Amino acid sequence: MIRYLHQLGSAPRFYSFSTSLLPWLSAACIVLLLAGLYGGLVMAPTDYQQGDSYRIIYIHVPSAWMSLFIYMVMAAAGVVGLVWHIKLAEIISISSAPIGAAFAFLALVTGSLWGKPMWGAWWVWDARLTSELLLLFLYLGVIALYGAIEDKRNASRAAAILALVGVVNIPIIHYSVEWWNTLHQGPTVTKFDAPSIHVSMLVPLLLMALAFKLYYAIAVLLRARCELLVRERNSAWAAELVTERVKGKS
Amino acid sequence: MNPVRKRRLYLIILMVMGISAAAGFALNAFNQNMMFFFSPSEVVAGKAPDNHVFRLGGMVVKGSVQRTQGTLTVHFKLTDNVKVVTVQHTGILPDLFREGQGVVAKGRLGEGGVFVADQVLAKHDENYMPPEVAGVMKTAADGKPGKANDP
Repeated sequence: MIRYLHQLGSAPRFYSFSTSLLPWLSAACIVLLLAGLYGGLVMAPTDYQQGDSYRIIYIHVPSAWMSLFIYMVMAAAGVVGLVWHIKLAEIISISSAPIGAAFAFLALVTGSLWGKPMWGAWWVWDARLTSELLLLFLYLGVIALYGAIEDKRNASRAAAILALVGVVNIPIIHYSVEWWNTLHQGPTVTKFDAPSIHVSMLVPLLLMALAFKLYYAIAVLLRARCELLVRERNSAWAAELVTERVKGKS
Repeated sequence: MNPVRKRRLYLIILMVMGISAAAGFALNAFNQNMMFFFSPSEVVAGKAPDNHVFRLGGMVVKGSVQRTQGTLTVHFKLTDNVKVVTVQHTGILPDLFREGQGVVAKGRLGEGGVFVADQVLAKHDENYMPPEVAGVMKTAADGKPGKANDP
Protein backbone atom coordinates (compact mmCIF):
# COMPACT_ATOMS: atom_id res chain seq x y z
CA MET A 1 0.00 0.00 0.00
CA ILE A 2 2.72 2.45 1.07
CA ARG A 3 4.80 1.47 -1.93
CA TYR A 4 1.77 1.89 -4.21
CA LEU A 5 1.13 5.39 -2.84
CA HIS A 6 4.81 6.18 -3.24
CA GLN A 7 4.74 5.20 -6.89
CA LEU A 8 1.60 7.26 -7.41
CA GLY A 9 3.48 10.18 -5.92
CA SER A 10 5.93 10.14 -8.82
CA ALA A 11 5.01 12.65 -11.47
CA PRO A 12 4.74 10.49 -14.63
CA ARG A 13 2.79 7.81 -12.75
CA PHE A 14 0.32 10.36 -11.46
CA TYR A 15 -0.06 11.81 -14.94
CA SER A 16 -0.89 8.53 -16.64
CA PHE A 17 -3.05 7.35 -13.72
CA SER A 18 -5.17 10.51 -13.78
CA THR A 19 -5.52 10.25 -17.57
CA SER A 20 -7.21 6.89 -17.18
CA LEU A 21 -9.29 8.04 -14.20
CA LEU A 22 -10.74 11.25 -15.63
CA PRO A 23 -13.29 9.82 -18.13
CA TRP A 24 -14.83 7.61 -15.41
CA LEU A 25 -15.07 10.46 -12.94
CA SER A 26 -16.61 12.73 -15.56
CA ALA A 27 -19.25 10.17 -16.54
CA ALA A 28 -20.20 9.48 -12.91
CA CYS A 29 -20.33 13.20 -12.13
CA ILE A 30 -22.65 13.98 -15.05
CA VAL A 31 -25.00 11.11 -14.17
CA LEU A 32 -25.17 12.14 -10.49
CA LEU A 33 -25.59 15.81 -11.36
CA LEU A 34 -28.49 15.12 -13.73
CA ALA A 35 -30.14 12.76 -11.25
CA GLY A 36 -29.68 15.23 -8.39
CA LEU A 37 -30.98 18.20 -10.38
CA TYR A 38 -34.00 16.29 -11.68
CA GLY A 39 -34.73 14.92 -8.22
CA GLY A 40 -34.27 18.30 -6.57
CA LEU A 41 -35.94 20.62 -9.04
CA VAL A 42 -38.72 18.37 -10.40
CA MET A 43 -39.43 15.39 -8.18
CA ALA A 44 -38.93 16.78 -4.68
CA PRO A 45 -42.10 18.26 -3.11
CA THR A 46 -42.40 21.93 -2.19
CA ASP A 47 -41.59 22.95 1.38
CA TYR A 48 -44.39 23.64 3.85
CA GLN A 49 -42.98 27.05 4.77
CA GLN A 50 -40.82 28.26 1.92
CA GLY A 51 -42.64 26.82 -1.10
CA ASP A 52 -40.35 26.42 -4.10
CA SER A 53 -37.73 28.88 -2.85
CA TYR A 54 -36.12 26.24 -0.68
CA ARG A 55 -34.86 24.46 -3.83
CA ILE A 56 -31.78 26.68 -3.78
CA ILE A 57 -30.45 24.34 -1.06
CA TYR A 58 -29.58 21.88 -3.83
CA ILE A 59 -26.82 24.28 -4.89
CA HIS A 60 -26.25 26.26 -1.70
CA VAL A 61 -25.76 23.42 0.78
CA PRO A 62 -23.42 21.22 -1.33
CA SER A 63 -21.39 24.33 -2.23
CA ALA A 64 -21.00 25.27 1.42
CA TRP A 65 -20.04 21.70 2.35
CA MET A 66 -17.51 21.62 -0.47
CA SER A 67 -15.98 24.94 0.57
CA LEU A 68 -15.22 23.41 4.00
CA PHE A 69 -14.18 20.00 2.64
CA ILE A 70 -11.81 21.45 0.04
CA TYR A 71 -10.21 23.66 2.67
CA MET A 72 -9.47 20.59 4.79
CA VAL A 73 -8.00 18.80 1.76
CA MET A 74 -5.92 21.86 0.94
CA ALA A 75 -4.60 22.10 4.51
CA ALA A 76 -3.95 18.36 4.84
CA ALA A 77 -2.08 18.24 1.52
CA GLY A 78 -0.23 21.33 2.70
CA VAL A 79 0.94 19.50 5.84
CA VAL A 80 2.13 16.53 3.78
CA GLY A 81 3.98 18.95 1.53
CA LEU A 82 5.55 20.77 4.48
CA VAL A 83 6.66 17.68 6.40
CA TRP A 84 7.60 15.22 3.66
CA HIS A 85 8.34 17.73 0.89
CA ILE A 86 6.26 15.73 -1.59
CA LYS A 87 5.89 17.78 -4.72
CA LEU A 88 2.56 16.26 -5.71
CA ALA A 89 1.00 17.12 -2.33
CA GLU A 90 2.08 20.74 -2.74
CA ILE A 91 0.49 20.78 -6.18
CA ILE A 92 -2.79 19.22 -4.97
CA SER A 93 -2.89 21.75 -2.14
CA ILE A 94 -2.52 24.84 -4.30
CA SER A 95 -4.70 23.43 -7.11
CA SER A 96 -7.55 23.07 -4.61
CA ALA A 97 -7.55 26.73 -3.60
CA PRO A 98 -9.34 28.31 -6.61
CA ILE A 99 -11.95 25.53 -6.65
CA GLY A 100 -12.64 25.99 -2.95
CA ALA A 101 -12.84 29.75 -3.41
CA ALA A 102 -15.38 29.24 -6.21
CA PHE A 103 -17.55 27.04 -3.98
CA ALA A 104 -17.36 29.49 -1.06
CA PHE A 105 -18.36 32.29 -3.43
CA LEU A 106 -21.24 30.21 -4.80
CA ALA A 107 -22.47 29.42 -1.29
CA LEU A 108 -22.41 33.11 -0.34
CA VAL A 109 -24.15 34.27 -3.54
CA THR A 110 -26.90 31.63 -3.51
CA GLY A 111 -27.48 32.28 0.19
CA SER A 112 -27.75 35.99 -0.48
CA LEU A 113 -30.20 35.53 -3.36
CA TRP A 114 -32.37 33.36 -1.15
CA GLY A 115 -31.96 35.58 1.91
CA LYS A 116 -33.54 38.66 0.35
CA PRO A 117 -37.04 37.18 -0.17
CA MET A 118 -36.97 34.81 2.83
CA TRP A 119 -35.18 36.69 5.61
CA GLY A 120 -35.76 40.14 4.17
CA ALA A 121 -32.06 41.03 3.81
CA TRP A 122 -29.32 40.30 1.27
CA TRP A 123 -26.69 40.11 3.96
CA VAL A 124 -26.50 40.14 7.74
CA TRP A 125 -23.37 40.07 9.87
CA ASP A 126 -24.23 36.96 11.83
CA ALA A 127 -21.57 34.45 12.87
CA ARG A 128 -22.24 31.90 10.11
CA LEU A 129 -22.22 34.36 7.23
CA THR A 130 -19.22 36.28 8.53
CA SER A 131 -17.10 33.18 9.11
CA GLU A 132 -17.96 31.86 5.63
CA LEU A 133 -16.92 35.21 4.14
CA LEU A 134 -13.67 34.91 6.09
CA LEU A 135 -13.17 31.49 4.49
CA LEU A 136 -13.47 33.04 1.02
CA PHE A 137 -10.85 35.65 1.99
CA LEU A 138 -8.56 32.90 3.32
CA TYR A 139 -8.79 31.10 -0.02
CA LEU A 140 -8.04 34.33 -1.88
CA GLY A 141 -5.13 35.00 0.49
CA VAL A 142 -3.64 31.56 -0.18
CA ILE A 143 -3.96 32.10 -3.94
CA ALA A 144 -2.43 35.58 -3.74
CA LEU A 145 0.46 34.48 -1.53
CA TYR A 146 1.26 31.59 -3.84
CA GLY A 147 1.20 33.91 -6.82
CA ALA A 148 3.40 36.50 -5.17
CA ILE A 149 6.42 34.21 -4.64
CA GLU A 150 8.53 33.42 -7.68
CA ASP A 151 9.99 30.08 -6.58
CA LYS A 152 7.06 27.67 -6.59
CA ARG A 153 8.41 25.30 -3.93
CA ASN A 154 8.87 28.19 -1.50
CA ALA A 155 5.50 29.57 -2.55
CA SER A 156 3.86 26.23 -1.73
CA ARG A 157 5.38 26.21 1.73
CA ALA A 158 4.23 29.75 2.52
CA ALA A 159 0.73 29.07 1.17
CA ALA A 160 0.49 25.85 3.20
CA ILE A 161 1.33 27.72 6.42
CA LEU A 162 -1.32 30.34 5.69
CA ALA A 163 -3.82 27.55 4.93
CA LEU A 164 -2.96 25.93 8.27
CA VAL A 165 -3.53 29.18 10.14
CA GLY A 166 -6.99 29.32 8.59
CA VAL A 167 -7.91 25.78 9.66
CA VAL A 168 -9.15 27.18 12.98
CA ASN A 169 -11.98 28.82 11.03
CA ILE A 170 -13.44 25.49 9.87
CA PRO A 171 -14.92 24.33 13.21
CA ILE A 172 -16.01 27.92 13.83
CA ILE A 173 -18.05 27.90 10.61
CA HIS A 174 -19.54 24.52 11.39
CA TYR A 175 -20.51 25.24 15.00
CA SER A 176 -21.28 28.95 14.62
CA VAL A 177 -25.01 28.26 14.41
CA GLU A 178 -24.89 26.28 17.67
CA TRP A 179 -22.53 28.44 19.71
CA TRP A 180 -24.18 31.77 18.98
CA ASN A 181 -27.59 33.19 18.12
CA THR A 182 -27.54 33.47 14.36
CA LEU A 183 -30.10 34.35 11.72
CA HIS A 184 -28.85 31.38 9.72
CA GLN A 185 -30.63 28.14 10.58
CA GLY A 186 -29.08 25.37 12.65
CA PRO A 187 -27.76 22.15 11.07
CA THR A 188 -30.34 20.06 9.20
CA VAL A 189 -28.34 17.08 7.96
CA THR A 190 -24.95 17.09 9.72
CA LYS A 191 -26.07 16.50 13.28
CA PHE A 192 -26.31 13.54 15.59
CA ASP A 193 -30.12 13.16 15.46
CA ALA A 194 -31.95 12.04 12.37
CA PRO A 195 -31.85 14.75 9.66
CA SER A 196 -34.78 17.15 10.02
CA ILE A 197 -35.50 17.09 6.31
CA HIS A 198 -38.01 14.83 4.61
CA VAL A 199 -36.38 11.86 2.86
CA SER A 200 -37.82 12.85 -0.54
CA MET A 201 -35.90 16.14 -0.26
CA LEU A 202 -32.81 14.62 1.36
CA VAL A 203 -31.97 12.06 -1.36
CA PRO A 204 -31.50 14.62 -4.18
CA LEU A 205 -29.46 16.77 -1.78
CA LEU A 206 -27.07 13.89 -1.09
CA LEU A 207 -26.87 13.10 -4.82
CA MET A 208 -25.93 16.71 -5.49
CA ALA A 209 -23.36 16.62 -2.69
CA LEU A 210 -21.77 13.52 -4.26
CA ALA A 211 -21.83 15.10 -7.73
CA PHE A 212 -20.10 18.20 -6.34
CA LYS A 213 -17.44 15.99 -4.70
CA LEU A 214 -16.76 14.29 -8.04
CA TYR A 215 -16.66 17.64 -9.79
CA TYR A 216 -14.00 18.73 -7.32
CA ALA A 217 -12.01 15.52 -7.97
CA ILE A 218 -12.13 16.20 -11.72
CA ALA A 219 -11.26 19.87 -11.40
CA VAL A 220 -8.39 19.30 -8.97
CA LEU A 221 -6.90 16.54 -11.17
CA LEU A 222 -7.06 18.76 -14.26
CA ARG A 223 -5.49 21.70 -12.43
CA ALA A 224 -2.84 19.50 -10.79
CA ARG A 225 -1.86 17.94 -14.13
CA CYS A 226 -1.45 21.39 -15.61
CA GLU A 227 0.60 22.66 -12.66
CA LEU A 228 2.71 19.51 -12.71
CA LEU A 229 3.59 19.95 -16.38
CA VAL A 230 4.53 23.57 -15.79
CA ARG A 231 6.80 22.67 -12.88
CA GLU A 232 8.33 19.67 -14.66
CA ARG A 233 8.68 21.27 -18.06
CA ASN A 234 12.41 20.56 -18.19
CA SER A 235 12.17 16.91 -17.19
CA ALA A 236 12.60 13.91 -19.46
CA TRP A 237 9.13 12.46 -18.97
CA ALA A 238 7.40 15.71 -19.85
CA ALA A 239 9.44 16.00 -23.05
CA GLU A 240 8.55 12.40 -23.87
CA LEU A 241 4.87 13.12 -23.31
CA VAL A 242 4.97 16.05 -25.68
CA THR A 243 6.77 14.14 -28.44
CA GLU A 244 4.20 11.34 -28.11
CA ARG A 245 1.38 13.84 -28.45
CA VAL A 246 2.96 15.42 -31.50
CA LYS A 247 3.50 12.02 -33.10
CA GLY A 248 -0.07 11.03 -32.40
CA LYS A 249 -1.36 14.12 -34.13
CA SER A 250 0.74 13.92 -37.31
CA MET B 1 9.82 8.80 10.33
CA ASN B 2 13.18 10.49 10.32
CA PRO B 3 13.94 13.08 13.03
CA VAL B 4 13.86 16.10 10.72
CA ARG B 5 10.37 15.28 9.44
CA LYS B 6 9.22 14.46 12.95
CA ARG B 7 10.38 17.84 14.17
CA ARG B 8 8.63 19.60 11.31
CA LEU B 9 5.40 17.72 12.08
CA TYR B 10 5.62 18.65 15.78
CA LEU B 11 6.19 22.29 14.86
CA ILE B 12 3.10 22.28 12.69
CA ILE B 13 0.98 20.63 15.38
CA LEU B 14 2.26 23.15 17.92
CA MET B 15 1.41 26.03 15.57
CA VAL B 16 -2.15 24.81 14.94
CA MET B 17 -2.70 24.29 18.68
CA GLY B 18 -1.41 27.77 19.45
CA ILE B 19 -3.64 29.40 16.88
CA SER B 20 -6.65 27.41 18.09
CA ALA B 21 -6.01 28.52 21.66
CA ALA B 22 -5.66 32.16 20.57
CA ALA B 23 -8.87 31.98 18.54
CA GLY B 24 -10.65 30.28 21.42
CA PHE B 25 -9.68 33.04 23.88
CA ALA B 26 -10.58 35.77 21.41
CA LEU B 27 -14.01 34.30 20.65
CA ASN B 28 -14.65 33.74 24.34
CA ALA B 29 -13.84 37.39 25.04
CA PHE B 30 -16.10 38.56 22.21
CA ASN B 31 -18.84 36.10 23.09
CA GLN B 32 -21.47 38.75 23.79
CA ASN B 33 -20.68 40.63 20.57
CA MET B 34 -20.92 37.46 18.50
CA MET B 35 -24.56 37.11 19.49
CA PHE B 36 -26.70 38.27 16.64
CA PHE B 37 -29.67 39.17 18.81
CA PHE B 38 -31.01 39.45 22.38
CA SER B 39 -33.93 37.37 23.65
CA PRO B 40 -37.06 38.95 25.21
CA SER B 41 -35.96 37.66 28.66
CA GLU B 42 -32.65 39.51 28.36
CA VAL B 43 -34.44 42.68 27.27
CA VAL B 44 -36.92 42.51 30.16
CA ALA B 45 -34.02 41.84 32.56
CA GLY B 46 -32.36 45.03 31.29
CA LYS B 47 -29.35 43.35 29.67
CA ALA B 48 -30.02 45.01 26.33
CA PRO B 49 -28.46 48.47 25.78
CA ASP B 50 -30.68 51.51 26.40
CA ASN B 51 -30.82 54.28 23.79
CA HIS B 52 -28.88 52.09 21.45
CA VAL B 53 -29.76 50.03 18.40
CA PHE B 54 -29.80 46.29 19.01
CA ARG B 55 -31.54 43.21 17.67
CA LEU B 56 -34.34 41.32 19.35
CA GLY B 57 -35.15 37.73 18.39
CA GLY B 58 -38.07 35.53 19.32
CA MET B 59 -41.27 33.83 18.25
CA VAL B 60 -44.22 35.88 17.07
CA VAL B 61 -47.00 35.23 19.61
CA LYS B 62 -50.05 33.70 17.94
CA GLY B 63 -52.91 36.14 17.48
CA SER B 64 -50.78 39.14 18.46
CA VAL B 65 -50.24 40.65 14.99
CA GLN B 66 -52.28 43.85 14.58
CA ARG B 67 -52.15 46.05 11.51
CA THR B 68 -53.10 49.70 11.64
CA GLN B 69 -55.61 50.40 8.87
CA GLY B 70 -54.31 52.48 5.94
CA THR B 71 -50.63 52.34 6.96
CA LEU B 72 -47.78 49.84 6.86
CA THR B 73 -47.49 49.92 10.64
CA VAL B 74 -47.84 46.62 12.40
CA HIS B 75 -47.71 45.66 16.09
CA PHE B 76 -46.84 42.19 17.32
CA LYS B 77 -45.51 40.47 20.41
CA LEU B 78 -42.25 38.49 20.53
CA THR B 79 -41.61 35.76 23.07
CA ASP B 80 -38.99 33.20 24.05
CA ASN B 81 -41.66 31.28 25.98
CA VAL B 82 -40.58 33.10 29.17
CA LYS B 83 -41.04 36.84 28.66
CA VAL B 84 -42.92 38.90 26.06
CA VAL B 85 -41.89 42.15 24.34
CA THR B 86 -44.19 44.22 22.10
CA VAL B 87 -42.70 45.30 18.77
CA GLN B 88 -43.80 48.09 16.47
CA HIS B 89 -42.68 48.15 12.85
CA THR B 90 -43.50 50.24 9.79
CA GLY B 91 -42.52 48.60 6.52
CA ILE B 92 -42.73 45.46 4.42
CA LEU B 93 -42.42 42.17 6.26
CA PRO B 94 -40.47 39.23 4.73
CA ASP B 95 -42.15 36.19 3.14
CA LEU B 96 -41.53 33.92 6.11
CA PHE B 97 -43.03 36.32 8.66
CA ARG B 98 -46.04 34.64 10.26
CA GLU B 99 -47.43 33.91 13.67
CA GLY B 100 -45.56 31.20 15.57
CA GLN B 101 -42.47 31.81 13.42
CA GLY B 102 -39.09 33.05 14.66
CA VAL B 103 -38.10 36.59 13.65
CA VAL B 104 -35.26 39.00 14.39
CA ALA B 105 -36.10 42.71 14.67
CA LYS B 106 -33.53 45.54 14.66
CA GLY B 107 -34.30 48.79 16.44
CA ARG B 108 -34.36 50.39 19.86
CA LEU B 109 -36.50 50.34 22.97
CA GLY B 110 -39.10 53.10 22.94
CA GLU B 111 -41.48 54.42 25.55
CA GLY B 112 -43.32 51.93 27.71
CA GLY B 113 -41.00 49.08 26.79
CA VAL B 114 -42.23 48.92 23.19
CA PHE B 115 -39.45 47.88 20.82
CA VAL B 116 -39.51 50.14 17.76
CA ALA B 117 -38.04 48.12 14.88
CA ASP B 118 -36.80 49.59 11.62
CA GLN B 119 -35.99 46.18 10.15
CA VAL B 120 -37.68 42.81 10.66
CA LEU B 121 -35.96 39.63 9.43
CA ALA B 122 -37.56 36.20 9.39
CA LYS B 123 -35.59 33.36 10.95
CA HIS B 124 -36.30 30.05 9.28
CA ASP B 125 -35.70 26.80 11.12
CA GLU B 126 -33.87 23.66 10.08
CA ASN B 127 -36.98 21.64 9.20
CA TYR B 128 -37.78 20.87 5.60
CA MET B 129 -40.85 18.82 4.70
CA PRO B 130 -43.67 18.62 2.16
CA PRO B 131 -46.92 20.48 3.09
CA GLU B 132 -48.86 17.20 3.46
CA VAL B 133 -46.38 15.90 6.07
CA ALA B 134 -46.51 19.22 7.92
CA GLY B 135 -50.33 19.01 7.87
CA VAL B 136 -50.36 15.50 9.28
CA MET B 137 -47.88 16.47 12.01
CA LYS B 138 -49.91 19.54 12.83
CA THR B 139 -53.14 17.58 13.32
CA ALA B 140 -51.24 15.00 15.37
CA ALA B 141 -49.57 17.51 17.67
CA ASP B 142 -52.11 20.32 17.28
CA GLY B 143 -49.26 22.77 17.53
CA LYS B 144 -46.60 24.09 15.28
CA PRO B 145 -45.06 21.43 13.04
CA GLY B 146 -41.63 20.08 13.82
CA LYS B 147 -39.33 21.10 16.62
CA ALA B 148 -39.51 24.67 17.81
CA ASN B 149 -36.30 26.52 17.14
CA ASP B 150 -35.47 28.40 20.31
CA PRO B 151 -34.03 31.80 19.57
